[in-house]
Amino acid sequence: MVDILKIALIPGLPLISFVVLTFFGRKLKRKSAWVAISASIGSCALSFCQILPVTSGATTHITFPWLVINQVPIEFGALIDPLAAMMLFVVTFVGSLIVIYSTGYMHDDPRFPKFFAYLSLFLFSMLGLVISPTLVQIYLFWELVGLSSYFLIGFWFEKYSAAQAGRKAFITNRIGDIGFFLGIMTFFYATKTVRFVDINPALAHTYAGSFAVGVASLLLFCGAIGKSAQFPLHVWLPDAMEGPTPVSALIHAATMVAAGIYLVARLFPLFQVFPDASQVVAIIGTITAFGAAFFALTQWDIKKVLAYSTISQLGFMVTALGVGGFSAGTFHLMTHAFFKALLFLGAGSVIHGSSVQDMREMGGLKKEMPVTFWTFVVATFAIAGFPPLAGFWSKDEILLAAFEHHHLVIFWTLALTTMMTSFYMFRLLFLTFFGAKRNKHHAHESPVSMTAPLIVLAFGSAVIGLPGSPLMHHWFQGFLSSGHHEEIHMNGFVVSISVASAAIGLALATWFYLIQPGLSKKLAEKNWLLYSASQHKLWFDEFYDATAIRAFKTSSKKLLDFDAAVVDGAVNQTGIQTVNMSRIKNWIDRYIVDGFVNFTGWFVSTVSGIGRLIQTGFIHNYLLFVLLGLLIILYAAL
Amino acid sequence: MSFLSWLILLPIIGIVGILFVHRDRTQLVRVIATIVTGIELVLTIVLMTRFSLVESGMQFVEHVFWIPQLGVYYHVGIDGISLIMLLTTTLLSFLACIASFGIKERVKEYFVLYLLLVMGMIGTFVSLDLFLFYIFWEVVLVPMYFLIGIWGGERKEYAAIKFFLYTLFGSLFMLVGILALYLTNTPHTFDMLALAQANANYSLHFQQIIFLALFLGFAIKVPIWPFHTWLPDAHVEAPTPISVILAGVLLKMGTYGFFRIAYPIVPQGAHWFAPALAVLAVIGIVYGGFVAFAQTDFKKMVAYSSVSHMGFVLLGLSVFTSTGFHGALLQMFTHGLITGCLFLLVGVLYDRAHTRDMDAFGGLWAKLPVYGSILIFCSMASLGLPSLAGFVSEFMVLLGSFPVYRWITVISCIGILLAAAYLLYMIQRVLLGKQNPKWAQLKDISAREIFTLAPLMILILLVGIYPKIVLQLMTPTLEALIRSVGGTLL
Repeated sequence: MVDILKIALIPGLPLISFVVLTFFGRKLKRKSAWVAISASIGSCALSFCQILPVTSGATTHITFPWLVINQVPIEFGALIDPLAAMMLFVVTFVGSLIVIYSTGYMHDDPRFPKFFAYLSLFLFSMLGLVISPTLVQIYLFWELVGLSSYFLIGFWFEKYSAAQAGRKAFITNRIGDIGFFLGIMTFFYATKTVRFVDINPALAHTYAGSFAVGVASLLLFCGAIGKSAQFPLHVWLPDAMEGPTPVSALIHAATMVAAGIYLVARLFPLFQVFPDASQVVAIIGTITAFGAAFFALTQWDIKKVLAYSTISQLGFMVTALGVGGFSAGTFHLMTHAFFKALLFLGAGSVIHGSSVQDMREMGGLKKEMPVTFWTFVVATFAIAGFPPLAGFWSKDEILLAAFEHHHLVIFWTLALTTMMTSFYMFRLLFLTFFGAKRNKHHAHESPVSMTAPLIVLAFGSAVIGLPGSPLMHHWFQGFLSSGHHEEIHMNGFVVSISVASAAIGLALATWFYLIQPGLSKKLAEKNWLLYSASQHKLWFDEFYDATAIRAFKTSSKKLLDFDAAVVDGAVNQTGIQTVNMSRIKNWIDRYIVDGFVNFTGWFVSTVSGIGRLIQTGFIHNYLLFVLLGLLIILYAAL
Repeated sequence: MSFLSWLILLPIIGIVGILFVHRDRTQLVRVIATIVTGIELVLTIVLMTRFSLVESGMQFVEHVFWIPQLGVYYHVGIDGISLIMLLTTTLLSFLACIASFGIKERVKEYFVLYLLLVMGMIGTFVSLDLFLFYIFWEVVLVPMYFLIGIWGGERKEYAAIKFFLYTLFGSLFMLVGILALYLTNTPHTFDMLALAQANANYSLHFQQIIFLALFLGFAIKVPIWPFHTWLPDAHVEAPTPISVILAGVLLKMGTYGFFRIAYPIVPQGAHWFAPALAVLAVIGIVYGGFVAFAQTDFKKMVAYSSVSHMGFVLLGLSVFTSTGFHGALLQMFTHGLITGCLFLLVGVLYDRAHTRDMDAFGGLWAKLPVYGSILIFCSMASLGLPSLAGFVSEFMVLLGSFPVYRWITVISCIGILLAAAYLLYMIQRVLLGKQNPKWAQLKDISAREIFTLAPLMILILLVGIYPKIVLQLMTPTLEALIRSVGGTLL
């Protein structure tokens, strides 16, 4: 019982914090932050209590029946295995740092308590998602995570674009979730289970021939497409940057968007037995990785670059899972959480300190914001994939997985994407921190509450890759894939390609933005079509606006008119015709039926009126008639 | 005399009581009505605690001769289906009664009619004799007509007459069906249970005709597409508490009719028409959602969302699986809670701003934080956010219908997307964005208004998290029904 309580409190503490802040936030004011911080640190501590036994091989699986469908119980509970343990670590650890950071970033916001209430709601939902033992529970928390994301994107809801972005995120995700939902149903009816423990390599083989399970796995992947912003549903994530920057870091970079990857990782055995489905996953991932990196090349908004970079990195993870690199994908999820959170928090610090978001107005912030700068450098090298930082180990493994499973097109596309990643990240670094200052604002370094998390994350970004490196004998991979037995060994060719791509990217960025600053502009003018394709993100939003959204609005309007004119029109016409019919009947009744009666009366009275004329009552009249009659008779007789 | 008769009789006692009060003592009138509806609610809760969760048949039965010459009985009783509806009715009656305190004109008449309405609804849900059922069914119409026609909005006469005539038109077909059933059976009987027991004797052709006649009566009440157009008019014109009753209880009388009368008595007819019902259901779900999205009137949007959500009830009904039936009945309950909340919330805003045009608002969340949060909570429940009640029932309906009508289920899922679209669009127009300076003086939701919403919200959360508390009440009854009508226990 105590054990169950300990697990329940992992999502429970943030939930308590959410409830407390919802009802008493306005009274607590600044103290709200302490409630949220203690809840997140508390659940971080409790998570470590759960993670430690898992590292020595213990798996916790607790379930309670929630609904009984078709004699099959649908359960709630907790499943803490290596995969969940890793996610728990990432979410609670990075989450706690970001909550602390937010106290500085949101310091002057009038809705300060509300922000921490939402952050707590998010942590609750995310942690509930992570420990889900069934597809239904993960779906439930999946949607709740979406809700908190909706609130946080639209946190500054007075701003039209923020409100709009929140709605866009929710709806786009829901499109994917319908696939997810249908996937759960298909899977449930095909296999009679929704438990994750039943989706293991041994059992998955028995589903191999089932068409329905194959379809289910693709439908379930739709959910991941939405949540992890994969092509073609990636459009919501860049807009989600309307939210406060800590939110972008926590939800739209480090944790929530990784939920899709987490789901695919959970279903990994299923994809293993359906090569066609895996193929789709790998292709979607590769398109996303490459496309988003392409968009990132030309963005000016610092957060937009990072947003596309997130989409691209998520694409890497999806590709990894699609080509069969289970540990590669999940490993990258973890390392990415650290350096991407660091990048966003660094960007937040820059925005906080310099009050601008457009990189064209930044420059030369190196001196004014030294802590931000140095931590940002670490993160940039990490995401670009320079050894021995975290990003190198995990990205290298993804390339290795593609290479070893003979997906050469994917391998080379990813290598190219790695180069682009390195290029746009250093472009961002140089534009922001190097060169001359391009605006008049006085920038200042952020407070300790913001820089301390930066330093911790920078340390993490540097070392978190080591457990998965050959230096520690790929301990992390062994831990994660205890059930999958993946052989990991470095491949000299892949390593050199990976490092070379990163180095070329760095060199190009240095050439374009430090040595010959005018060159990029000229190049953009020369290749204007390519440039504007990247700048306008291949016009995806415009395309959706012109097709799907327009069709939706038009049909909605048309149906409204139809409803008024035809459906209700028929009802009203029935009424009106009935009234008209009554009028006609009324006329007939009055003029024909009743008319005949009246006519009879009139006729009788008229005729008798004429007859009555004779009856005058004067004796001389009668004598006159007698005389006239006599004359007529006489005339006739003669 | 036992529970059910008291439930029917209490409103009449209340009416008599109110008739003796002087018309100027409005406070006393309100207190009497509140006490009566409050006792009704308490009685229902007591009834629930005494309700056996293992029995599938009727409980608390009272069976007394009423018109011996015609074989008419005063026959009442409840099973799991009736109990859920009884709970919905008494709960919403009580809360809507408190919400009626805002009514300032002709208070005495209002509450007399209101209590008459309550009696009619309760009677409908406990009757086991078709004659009795029909009487209560029609009794509901009369007070509703006046409540809309006198206390309604601008086009109240039109809406009231449309509601009355349309529903009456449907009931006449139902009456013909009932009479046909009565005359076919020997000995002639109006007893629902007896008619259901003899259903093997009816030919398929006869069952089809009877089902069609009953369908028309129920379909207009639900309302099933394309018989729904009275609903938005009635809702828009009705005063807030009456909208709550209308959406929360009256619509359910239609689907209840399927559960109680059409399915058990003419199961083969129902089976024959089931695919058609499923098609109408999915049309209603998608169509209602689209039209709701196009609305500018807040109340009309909620009304059309009802058309969409009631489509899920019909879908669950049409599949003849245990999960589908559970989902349908649960949706009847949860839709009552959620839409009740939404109508109350529309009323709160209308009372202050005197407009329901969503485009006229904007940024209200900053001004009315509590109201805004409650509205978002209820909208989330309505769009089927997991952990709130609406999700569970729609989830079960779809899960139940999936193995039976695969593509219809897939299309119905669009309804979930549509719900998110129109509700979030509403939230954006009313609560988010720049604050309209016109509403700077608006006051946040009052304690009384919160009191009417809180019980519903607690139930929405409770059922969403632990649906078993409600589902266990219906399981024995629904499984017995499935067995008797020849569905699958899927």
